[in-house]
Amino acid sequence: MDLSAINPALLLASLLVAATPILLAGIGELVVERAGVLNLGVEGMMITGAICGFMATIVTGSPVFGFVFAAIGGATLAFLFALLTQYALANQVASGLALTLFGLGLSSLLGQDYVGLKPPSTPKLDIPFLSDLPFIGTVLFNHDIIVYLGIALVALVWAALKYSRIGLILRAVGENHDAAHALGYKVVRIRVLAIMFGGACAGLGGAYISLIRVPQWTEGMTAGAGWIALALVVFASWKPWRVLLGAWLFGGVTVLQLNLQAAGVAIPVEFLSMSPYIITIVVLVIMSADKSRAPASLGRIFHASS
Amino acid sequence: MLKLEKRPQPSQTFAYLTPIFAIIITMIAGGLLFMLLGKNPFEAIRTIFWDPLFGEFAFYYRPQLLVKGGPLILIAIGLSLGFRAGIWNIGAEGQYIIGAICGAGVGLAFYPMEAWFIFPLMIIAGALGGWAWAMIPALLKVKFQTNEILVSLMLVYVAEQLLASMSLGLLKNPEGHGFPGSRNLKDYSSAFNDEIITGSGMHWGVITAFIAVIFAYILLNRHMLGFSIRLTGEAPRAAKFSSVNPTRLILFCLGMSGALAGLAGLFEVSGPAGQISIDFNTGYGFTAIIVAFLGRLHPIGILFAGLLMALTYIGGEIAQANLGLPAAAIQLFQGMLLFFLLAVDLLTNYRIKRVRKETV
Amino acid sequence: MKFTKLLATAAVALGLATSAFAQDKTKVGFVYVGPVGDGGWTYEHNKARLAVEAEFGDKVETTFVESVPEGADAERVMTQMALQGADLIFTTSFGYMDPTINVAKKFPDVKFEHATGYKTAENVSVYSARFYEGRAIQGHIAGKMTESNVIGYIGSFPIPEVIRGMNSAFIHARKANPDVQFKIVWAYTWFDPAKEADAAKVLIEQGADVILQHTDSTAPLAAAAAAGNIIGFGQASDMAEFADGPRVSSIIDDWAPYYIARVKAVMDGTWETKSTWDGIGAGMVGIGEITDRVPADVKAEALALKDALASGEYHAFTGPINKQDGSAWLAEGEVADDGTLAGMNFFVEGIEGDIPQ
Repeated sequence: MDLSAINPALLLASLLVAATPILLAGIGELVVERAGVLNLGVEGMMITGAICGFMATIVTGSPVFGFVFAAIGGATLAFLFALLTQYALANQVASGLALTLFGLGLSSLLGQDYVGLKPPSTPKLDIPFLSDLPFIGTVLFNHDIIVYLGIALVALVWAALKYSRIGLILRAVGENHDAAHALGYKVVRIRVLAIMFGGACAGLGGAYISLIRVPQWTEGMTAGAGWIALALVVFASWKPWRVLLGAWLFGGVTVLQLNLQAAGVAIPVEFLSMSPYIITIVVLVIMSADKSRAPASLGRIFHASS
Repeated sequence: MLKLEKRPQPSQTFAYLTPIFAIIITMIAGGLLFMLLGKNPFEAIRTIFWDPLFGEFAFYYRPQLLVKGGPLILIAIGLSLGFRAGIWNIGAEGQYIIGAICGAGVGLAFYPMEAWFIFPLMIIAGALGGWAWAMIPALLKVKFQTNEILVSLMLVYVAEQLLASMSLGLLKNPEGHGFPGSRNLKDYSSAFNDEIITGSGMHWGVITAFIAVIFAYILLNRHMLGFSIRLTGEAPRAAKFSSVNPTRLILFCLGMSGALAGLAGLFEVSGPAGQISIDFNTGYGFTAIIVAFLGRLHPIGILFAGLLMALTYIGGEIAQANLGLPAAAIQLFQGMLLFFLLAVDLLTNYRIKRVRKETV
Repeated sequence: MKFTKLLATAAVALGLATSAFAQDKTKVGFVYVGPVGDGGWTYEHNKARLAVEAEFGDKVETTFVESVPEGADAERVMTQMALQGADLIFTTSFGYMDPTINVAKKFPDVKFEHATGYKTAENVSVYSARFYEGRAIQGHIAGKMTESNVIGYIGSFPIPEVIRGMNSAFIHARKANPDVQFKIVWAYTWFDPAKEADAAKVLIEQGADVILQHTDSTAPLAAAAAAGNIIGFGQASDMAEFADGPRVSSIIDDWAPYYIARVKAVMDGTWETKSTWDGIGAGMVGIGEITDRVPADVKAEALALKDALASGEYHAFTGPINKQDGSAWLAEGEVADDGTLAGMNFFVEGIEGDIPQ
């Protein structure tokens, strides 16, 4: 066992990268849930984003286009969910699960001709001076732009929810849709937009996996990241910064367990492999002392009957 | 202009008609999809929906519907009780795995002894295993108000790691030349959950699924506990003021769904699957959530939904082999079927009214 | 019993029916464990299926079902193929072993070929590839080229196939460079590209400058490319798209020659049960082109090793080799027997760490 082989700076840097896909998808889902909608189809939207982004990058040669298309792809799939749940008033849990099934199938069909291709690499943001700082430079200033985008998005969502009028309306819709409707807000329209925003974020998260973290296209490559993202939102008690915290925690434990294995720590591998999940549960239990609760209208069907 | 108007009572007629509508719409949309993929749409639809039931080899596929649908129905029945009361166990997959490990573990502990009591013991162990795994989120929810969705989901991943560890270690077949996976219970008659009538597809798991349907039906319609469940789900405030004990309800619903999922795992591992292996679980626990909602959380509805899901799986495999349709197209098709089934349910609860715009 | 008979009669009846109008077409079924788009294991089996079609043209008809879970589903898919008149069915995952045997019992006239298992029957053959021969070559190149003397190895699950590969690579890396150390990470999944990428990164961060992988995605190679001065190898497929970067060679699963031979045997009526375990010599294990990043002398040695392995003149497990605990396994000049190799569940001397049990 040689713990000195673990470099804390590199560990923290990898943590940021490992956390990014679930962070992006998680913050999107947070907005959806704050609007009172439970979309369990994150995995389906992520994988669709992954393939849309991959295809667009291969065709245009530009990862920027890739990410844009990934967001569009995710949002389009989310729109299907919005049609079902907001206009056809279908059950949200079942619609979300169906969306995942649909997204997995769709992405595999779309991606048939893209197996084994290598996308052009997304450059790292090399910030002069800052990137060269010892420790801090490695941890914070040596990443691709999407890592920063993820964090910026968290800040933006936090600020918007807390200070802006849009945020206020969104929360009102999520807490009590009947009251919001009575006040003259377009409940359905706001929810549809929130759902599409969530889809776009999930799409970005998926594309981060297929374009930067892996990067290649293989069927089913998100391998459950969407479920983790869903769990993050609950974990965070619907608070933006805690999504970031949760993503770091989860990404951190994942990377740490691999580090411990490579360093030859004498803990059975199967226990190390299950540690990210167990630690998430433990932290959640500790945090359940906090009595903040889910948006009151979460998952309830809205129909303007008056 | 069209306008939705909520029906005072869900329409009985439409409750029966809508699934048929949905299937017809899916056939049309799916047909278009298959045409796009260069296949004959009529042949594809016939292969998926007709051949398993009435085709040349239906004698083989019909029993297979029970084999595939049995575990789905069994798990979905358990889940539906909780879902009705607003208790969200989405970790049935984990409880299914643990039930299988415990049940198979008990059976293998007795190997090679042959005795009548081994299989009943395995059933108890399977149910207890699933129950215990579900008790973790239940107790955490009762004690610390921890969210059960997250805990039950995380425990699925933990169970998967445990399964891998068991197939590679404790339960590994000592005569398996070092390969992962347990002994095959099909070769151990005391532990083998065989078909009760050869060729019927009926094994004890299918019987248990049918019993569960009847049990749930009686519970929900005739029993006080069933009333509490429905009340909590439909009118949480009223439930608070009545005599419903939320702690008891949480423990019952999660425990019941866990035990049934564990049973499903046990019957699968001792019958159709035969052995514990790294990839033993195939997503029944997640698919069952869809089945529960497709069946509108109603026991009889779940019975049909489970069989319909099974039909699309089996028909889908035939379509892959015979028509060269990719598995992804089948998945997409299943997704569409679910979408339409969910969407048309609108007609059960709402009436579409034509509203003429007022002209002055 | 009655049911088995019914199945058999149906099969016979269908056999007669099909042979009446399509006498010369041989029907071959393939059961895949993953999607054909996995870019690795199933992808290569499907490539071999296409090679069979290309070889025999109109004389053969192939069908496949992908992503078939092991257990009851596999049994159903095989039964269905047999009912529809398949003459030969390839079942391409270890977990299909018992289902294959069960279905084969019901259809004595259909031939079955099961990949990577050990149970045979009258109408069931087994086949597998000696990938460890390729690992020996990788180990040699890795040992020669590492500067940090740390080689990272990403394993999926601790099963004999993976352990065998690790041992073979280690023995030859040590031969090339006595100071070499292996750092091993078990991913505990067959398929999770993001996790594979993380594992590769961790190994690189902990000083490995060669990454060997027993997982099928290109994620580790991409991580190696991103890290700079690291080399790696293609796994399952050639992964030539990384040839200008970290990929210096590869182990390729090439099932085509075997599949073509077996289909031919069924056509000629010469098919019989056998256990095949072929390596580089028979072409089942391909070694991808060694790039110029490897110094010429190392490349020459690697190619010489490949030839020696191919001709059978050298065995990758030739003594003296001790087990990890120091006890003797193979004496000087002794060669490992296939039984021990097939069920290998121990590390050889020098590898650190335990095999998870």
